[in-house]
Amino acid sequence: MKQKQSGPLKWVLIGGSAFFLFVMLILPLIYVLSTAFREGIQVYIESVTDEYAVKAILLTIRATVSAVVINTLFGVFAAWCITRFQFRGKKIISTLIDLPLTVSPIIAGLIYVLTFGRQSALYPYLQKLGISIIYAVPGIVLATIFVTFPFISREIIPVLTAAGTDEEEAAALMGANGWTIFWRVTFPHIKWVLLYGVVLCTARAMGEFGAVSVLSGHLRGKTNTMPLYIELLYQGYDYTGAFAISSILVVMAIVILILRSVLEYLGKKDREA
Amino acid sequence: MEQQYYVEMRDINKQFGDFQALEQINFGIEKGKLIGLLGPSGSGKTTILRILAGLETAETGDIIINGQVVNDIPASQRGIGFVFQNYALFRYMTVFENVAFGLRVQKWPKSRVKERVNEMLRLVGLEGLEKRYPSQLSGGQRQRVAFARALAPEPQLLLLDEPFAAIDAKVRQELRRWLKGMISTVGITSIFVTHDQEEAIEVADEIIITNQGRIEQIGKPVDIYRNPTTPFVARFIGDSAELENVHLFPGFEYAADQIKHAIIRPEYLTVYKKGEPVEYPNSVEPGVVVQSAFRGTVTEYQIRLSDGTILTANRLVDTAPLAEGEQVQIFARRLLAFDEERAFPVENICLAGVRPYVI
Amino acid sequence: MKRKQKKKTRVIPGFGLSLGVTVTILSLVVVIPLCSLVVFTSQLSFSDFLSTVTSSRVMSSYWVSFSTALVASLINAGMGLMIAWVLVRYDFPGKRIMDGMIEIPFALPTAVAGISLTHLTTTNGWVGSLFDKIGIQIAYTRIGITVALVFIGIPFVVRSVQPVLEKIDPQYEEAAGMMGATRCYTFFRVILPEILPALIAGFTMAFARCLGEYGSVVFIAGNTPYKTEITPLLIMAQLQEYDYASATSIALVMLIAAFLILFINAVLQSRTSKIVSGIE
Repeated sequence: MKQKQSGPLKWVLIGGSAFFLFVMLILPLIYVLSTAFREGIQVYIESVTDEYAVKAILLTIRATVSAVVINTLFGVFAAWCITRFQFRGKKIISTLIDLPLTVSPIIAGLIYVLTFGRQSALYPYLQKLGISIIYAVPGIVLATIFVTFPFISREIIPVLTAAGTDEEEAAALMGANGWTIFWRVTFPHIKWVLLYGVVLCTARAMGEFGAVSVLSGHLRGKTNTMPLYIELLYQGYDYTGAFAISSILVVMAIVILILRSVLEYLGKKDREA
Repeated sequence: MEQQYYVEMRDINKQFGDFQALEQINFGIEKGKLIGLLGPSGSGKTTILRILAGLETAETGDIIINGQVVNDIPASQRGIGFVFQNYALFRYMTVFENVAFGLRVQKWPKSRVKERVNEMLRLVGLEGLEKRYPSQLSGGQRQRVAFARALAPEPQLLLLDEPFAAIDAKVRQELRRWLKGMISTVGITSIFVTHDQEEAIEVADEIIITNQGRIEQIGKPVDIYRNPTTPFVARFIGDSAELENVHLFPGFEYAADQIKHAIIRPEYLTVYKKGEPVEYPNSVEPGVVVQSAFRGTVTEYQIRLSDGTILTANRLVDTAPLAEGEQVQIFARRLLAFDEERAFPVENICLAGVRPYVI
Repeated sequence: MKRKQKKKTRVIPGFGLSLGVTVTILSLVVVIPLCSLVVFTSQLSFSDFLSTVTSSRVMSSYWVSFSTALVASLINAGMGLMIAWVLVRYDFPGKRIMDGMIEIPFALPTAVAGISLTHLTTTNGWVGSLFDKIGIQIAYTRIGITVALVFIGIPFVVRSVQPVLEKIDPQYEEAAGMMGATRCYTFFRVILPEILPALIAGFTMAFARCLGEYGSVVFIAGNTPYKTEITPLLIMAQLQEYDYASATSIALVMLIAAFLILFINAVLQSRTSKIVSGIE
C-alpha cells in the first residue's frame, strides 16, 4: 500500500535514504573506477595484463569454479536428502551446513591450518604423499568452498520443502527411476533458485579475503587470488594497480547484481504461473 | 476355504515413533468393488491406503493383492494407480505429459502412448486441454487429470486419498457422481479415503470405518447406517443427538434399565404441532421449539425436552411451520442404544408389539 | 500368520546416495576441520589459554571490535529501517535501482570496499577532506572501522525488515488513523511492534557479521595496537607468527561470542513473536 498523501516527510525519507546509499555504496564504486583510469587507459591495461595479475585472475576463477561446482553438487544432494526423507540426525546435518555462515572468515582459515598444517596429525601423511594444502592452491580452494558452503543448499531447501514430496511419490509409484524423477519432476522446480544460488556463491567466492588470506602464504603468482593481489599492490603503494584490479571485481559485482535481479524476477514469475 | 478376496490386509500393525497408527488391521475386498475408508482425521485411514500402495511399510502383517503377498514388492510394481489428495500433478508438465508419464517410464512404444493418453483424456472429458499446464486448470479438471494419469498405465487397483477434499462444495457433488460412474465404467477395484460420511455413504459400495488405528465396522452403507455395531459408529454416523434420560421417553421405559447410553436420529422422530392428529398419544413427549432452519425439502427444528436435552427433528416443508418457542409433541420410533462394546437398536414399545424387542 | 517385515522401504529413490554424498562432503569441508579445532583446543593448557585471552592487548581488541560493531549495527538498524520503509511504502523514480543497490556489499569483494573506503576517507580523500575541516579524522581511527562495518552491514537489516513490512495489512494503519492516532503514534504503537522481530534479527546478523569482519576493516583501521586493532586481525597476526595456540585461544573466544549472539537472538525472537502473535 502506497502512502496516498505525498507529504514532505516522504521526500525527506527518500532523500535521506538515497544520500546515505549514495555515499556508502555508490561513491566507493565510482572512486574505484575513476582511480583505476586516473593514469590513463595505457597504465590500466598494463596493470591488468601484468603477469602476476593474470595469474591472480586465473587462480580466482579456479577457486570460484571449484566452489561453485562442489557446492552445487553438495547443495542438490543435501537438499534432496533433507527434504525428501525422514531420518535421524537430519537436524544436526542442517545445523552443520549453516555453520560456516556464523564463523568468521579468519577462523575458517585457522581451522584449516590446524587440520592440515605442520602441527596436525595428518601432516606427515600429507608430506609423504607430496600434497601440500596450506600455503598452496588446494588450501585456497578449500577455504573458498568453506565460506560459500551453504549458499546453494540454502536456496534450494526452502523451495523443495514448499513443493512437498507428492510429485516425486507419484512419479516413483508409476515406476520412474531416481534419475528420471530428478530431471523430469524435481529439477524444473529448482532451476531458477539453483542458478540464483550459483550467482551468490560466485559473488562471495571471487571476493573472499579473510579465509584465503590465512591460507595463502601470499606467494606472488602462485597463491594470490585477486583480492590478495590487490592487498599486495596496495601495501606496495601501487594504488593505480590495486584499483585497476579492483575495477574488474567492481564490474563483476555489478553484473552479478543484475543477474541476481533477473533470476529473482524469473523465479517469482515461474512460481506465480 | 474362506472367501476369495481381491485385496486383503492381514494383521497389519504400524507405528510412527511411539504412536500406534494401526493396530491389527484385517479386511478383504472383492474384485470390482468401490470401497470407502471412512474415519475422523488421525484414525489411520490414509495410513492404510499408503501401506496398500507401498508408500509406507507396516511393522507386521501381510498385504495381499490378487492372491499374491506384495509386502516386499516395491510400490511401482504393485500395479496400483494412486490419486493423491492434492493430486500431485507434475506442475512443470502439460496435461498430456502428466498422463503419459507412467507409460513413458514403463517404456510403452510412442504410438501407443499417444493413443492411450488420448483415450484417457476422452474418457475423463478433457480433450483439447492436452497442452495446458496444471496451473491453468480448475480444481475439477485437475482431479480428472489425476484420475486419467492414475488409470493410464492400466492398474489393477485404484487408490484415492481424499479425492474431493480440495474441491469446493458446489463442484464436489457433481464430481462424486462422475467418479462413481467413471469407476463403474472402467470396472476397476477402487478404495478411497474420506472423512465425510455423506460422501462415503453416497459413493461407496462398501464402507470400512476406522477409529484410533482400528477398524470399527465394515459393511454396506445402508447396513452401517441402520445397524451400527459399535458405540463409535453409532455416534459417528448420522446426525445424532445423545439422550441422557432414556426412561423419560415414553415407550422405552421397558428397556431403560438395560440401556446405558442411547442416541436418537432425526429420522426416528415425528414432531406434532398442537392440534395435529397423534398416532400413539400415550408415547409422545412434550418439547419446545428452540430454533428452526430451512433445509430445502425439510425444515430442521431444534427441540428442547423437559430435561434440557436438545433433539434435532425434521418436518417436510409442505407441513405447517413451527414457530420458535412453540409447544410441540414428539414421538420417537426407535433409538440406538449402546454400551462400551456394542450398539443395538431399540424399538418403541408401541411398534414392537406385545413382546418388546430387546437384544 | 504374523511376519516381521524386514527393511523400511522408501518410495522416493536416492536416499543412500544423497545421504552418502552429503555426509562425505560435509565431513571433509566442515566436520573434520572443526574436529581438529576441538582436538587442538583440548591440548591447550587452561592457564595459558586464560592468560592469552585476557592479556591487555587482546582485551582492548575485544573492546575495539565490540564497540565499533555495536555502533555500526545500531546505525544500520536505523538507516536500514528507513530504507526498508522507503522501498516498501513509497513510489519514486529510481526505486528499483535503489532496491538492487542494497546488495552491493554482498557482491563487492570486501578488500575492494576496504581500499576504496580508506582512500575516500583519508584526510585528503573526497569525503575525508570535508570532515578534516571540522577536525574529524575517519580513516585509521575507530570511526573508519565503523564506516567499513556500516558498509558491510547495510543489507542485513533492510532485507530482513522489507518482507515483513510488505506483509503488514494497510488496514492496520487505516484503522489506527480512523481512531484518530497520529502517524507517529501509529508507527511506534502499531507498526514497530510488528517488525521488531525482523529488526532484531537483522541487527544481530549484522552485528555477528561485523564482529568477524576482516577484509574491509584491515585497510581502513590502521591497526594500531590498543587503539584500532580488531580481534580478527590479532588472530591473523598470531597465525603469521605461527603461534597457533594463541590464535586458537582467541578464536575460541570469538566463536563463543558469535554463538552467544545467535542464541540471544533466538531467545529474543521467540519472546517478541510470542507477544505479537500470541503463539510460539
